[in-house]
Amino acid sequence: MTLLDIENLTVSFPQHDGVVQAVRGVSLRVAAGESVGIVGESGSGKSVTCMAALRLLREPPSRIAADRLELGGIDVLRAGRAHLTAVRGRVAAMVFQDPMTAFDPVFSIGHQIVETIRAHRDLSKSAATVEAAALLARVEIKHPDAILNSYPHQLSGGMLQRAMIAMALSSRPQILFADEPTTALDVTIQAQILHLIKQLQAELGMALIMVTHDLGVVAETVDRVVVMYGGRVMETAPVQDIFDAPLHPYTQALMASMPGRTPGKQRLVEIAGASPNPANPPTGCPFHPRCAVADAHCAAEAPAFRALSDTRAAACWRLA
Amino acid sequence: MTPALELKNLSKTYQLRQSGGFFARSTDHLAVNNVSLTLPRNQILGLVGESGSGKTTTGMMAMRLVEPSAGQILVGGTDITALGHAALKPYRRKMQVVFQDSYSALDPMMTLAQIVAEPLHIHGLGTGAEQTEQALDMLVKTGLDHSYGNRYPHELSGGQRQRVAIARALILHPTVLVADEPTSALDVSVKAQIINLLLDLQAEMGLSILFISHDLSVVRSLTDKVAVMFQGRIVEEATTETIFTDARHPYTRSLLDAIPVLNPRDRRARTFLTRAQIEAATPRLSGQDGRPELLDIAPGHRLEAIR
Repeated sequence: MTLLDIENLTVSFPQHDGVVQAVRGVSLRVAAGESVGIVGESGSGKSVTCMAALRLLREPPSRIAADRLELGGIDVLRAGRAHLTAVRGRVAAMVFQDPMTAFDPVFSIGHQIVETIRAHRDLSKSAATVEAAALLARVEIKHPDAILNSYPHQLSGGMLQRAMIAMALSSRPQILFADEPTTALDVTIQAQILHLIKQLQAELGMALIMVTHDLGVVAETVDRVVVMYGGRVMETAPVQDIFDAPLHPYTQALMASMPGRTPGKQRLVEIAGASPNPANPPTGCPFHPRCAVADAHCAAEAPAFRALSDTRAAACWRLA
Repeated sequence: MTPALELKNLSKTYQLRQSGGFFARSTDHLAVNNVSLTLPRNQILGLVGESGSGKTTTGMMAMRLVEPSAGQILVGGTDITALGHAALKPYRRKMQVVFQDSYSALDPMMTLAQIVAEPLHIHGLGTGAEQTEQALDMLVKTGLDHSYGNRYPHELSGGQRQRVAIARALILHPTVLVADEPTSALDVSVKAQIINLLLDLQAEMGLSILFISHDLSVVRSLTDKVAVMFQGRIVEEATTETIFTDARHPYTRSLLDAIPVLNPRDRRARTFLTRAQIEAATPRLSGQDGRPELLDIAPGHRLEAIR
């Protein structure tokens, strides 16, 4: 069953001096129970794609258009406010990068989780509090009752991220969006949080969308990878294929530039230039100015995203 | 040859104010505890550890940007620990720093040429025209052509801003550079550029770099030696290859074990140690509880053990 079905999504932000196109024709399908990594650098459109799927962007100023945008079979693009509230939570929930700003500093952790539970389920305050403590225990927080009464500033980043995962799980979503959930955390805490997310995904049978810039996080957690650049999908493939045989020149360059691949102090393979400016993107393929194999065709016309096999697809003239 | 930088038994104590909160403490907090480090000339020393381990405080004390509570700082063999503002100034030229967040490190009202030339101006080196010329040359060295001189920080990408911060740090031709997480805020495709730039400039200018980072993959590609900090102490120090292939301290091992795999094929179950478990697993030389001490266990390999 397809849980998330996006076809030809565009998201734009009108500015006083033009339009910033953050997402430019993205298509993506995620089945129940599947785990998908969306990899990209800042400005690639990976977060905006997820925010648009949940209609979490303020409209206006943002403008969302798509041939299809469905979550759990519900047309998110045309759904009313009440319908959307049900989708966010019961169908999909989101974990953000910075747990410190995602929690309200003036309310206790318990208050915020109870509020979320009661927004989606008809439970009394005391029943919801019991449920909140159970959720905190579920994300392996010791002494959940003490944590319920504490405030965000009293917890470490790792603890807060666990609490946010607990809050996301409170409405029993079918699909969890995790947007850079470990970027702000230490490497040991990151490993623990990734392990927790994987474990919960398997136990609860949720689909997972892991948004990250870190190929290591992808290598650790997901089954399928979507590589984004300049607001477009460059390549998608099963995770092992992406690491063993990346096809798109951008994916290849990203893999080659990963530090720590071989022992010893050494220069790395670098990708010259900088990511495209979304307000003034290059013509044609967004990667062509930095691509080693680009030609005039690549600069003139953006390649279509096309299937290369049953499981792989890419947008590159060189692979057509 | 005298090392570029030596830290001897450096400590920093912060007084934490008492409050009634959940995790409140009223005691002194020893952020850095008796740290001794040697940065040899022309080398890059990685200082790694989790947030709160004291690695940034150590770097800031080495620069005299944070005053140590105890210990000594030697730059090129000279003790600068007690020098006053005026006496310290010539040594400041030899020690420069690059921070993680290049956006807040650059004055938004100044052009890039002014930003890079400012250290020359502060130290009264050359005329205004000479300062600008040197600044533009330095920008070129860090990969930004002359046209960037008249631009402002907001016009740049994160990688370009970090290049400007590096240009400003190196314009005085320092012998020691402290780089505090300089690649953490950068995109993957730009990170490699900045690592390469640091490697090139280190070789070209004969720099010694104290590279503070929690990114062990970057540390592996960039450094000659690694010192691992845990709870304010150095618990292990060795050549980079030794750390990555033959780490002995339980904390170093847990750090290395936590690095994400480079290929999905290598996914594995991990065991996560708590702080208490790490403390308990610290090597002991006798049955008693004693003081932790750094011991030489092989040439160039120091390991904390409880004596």
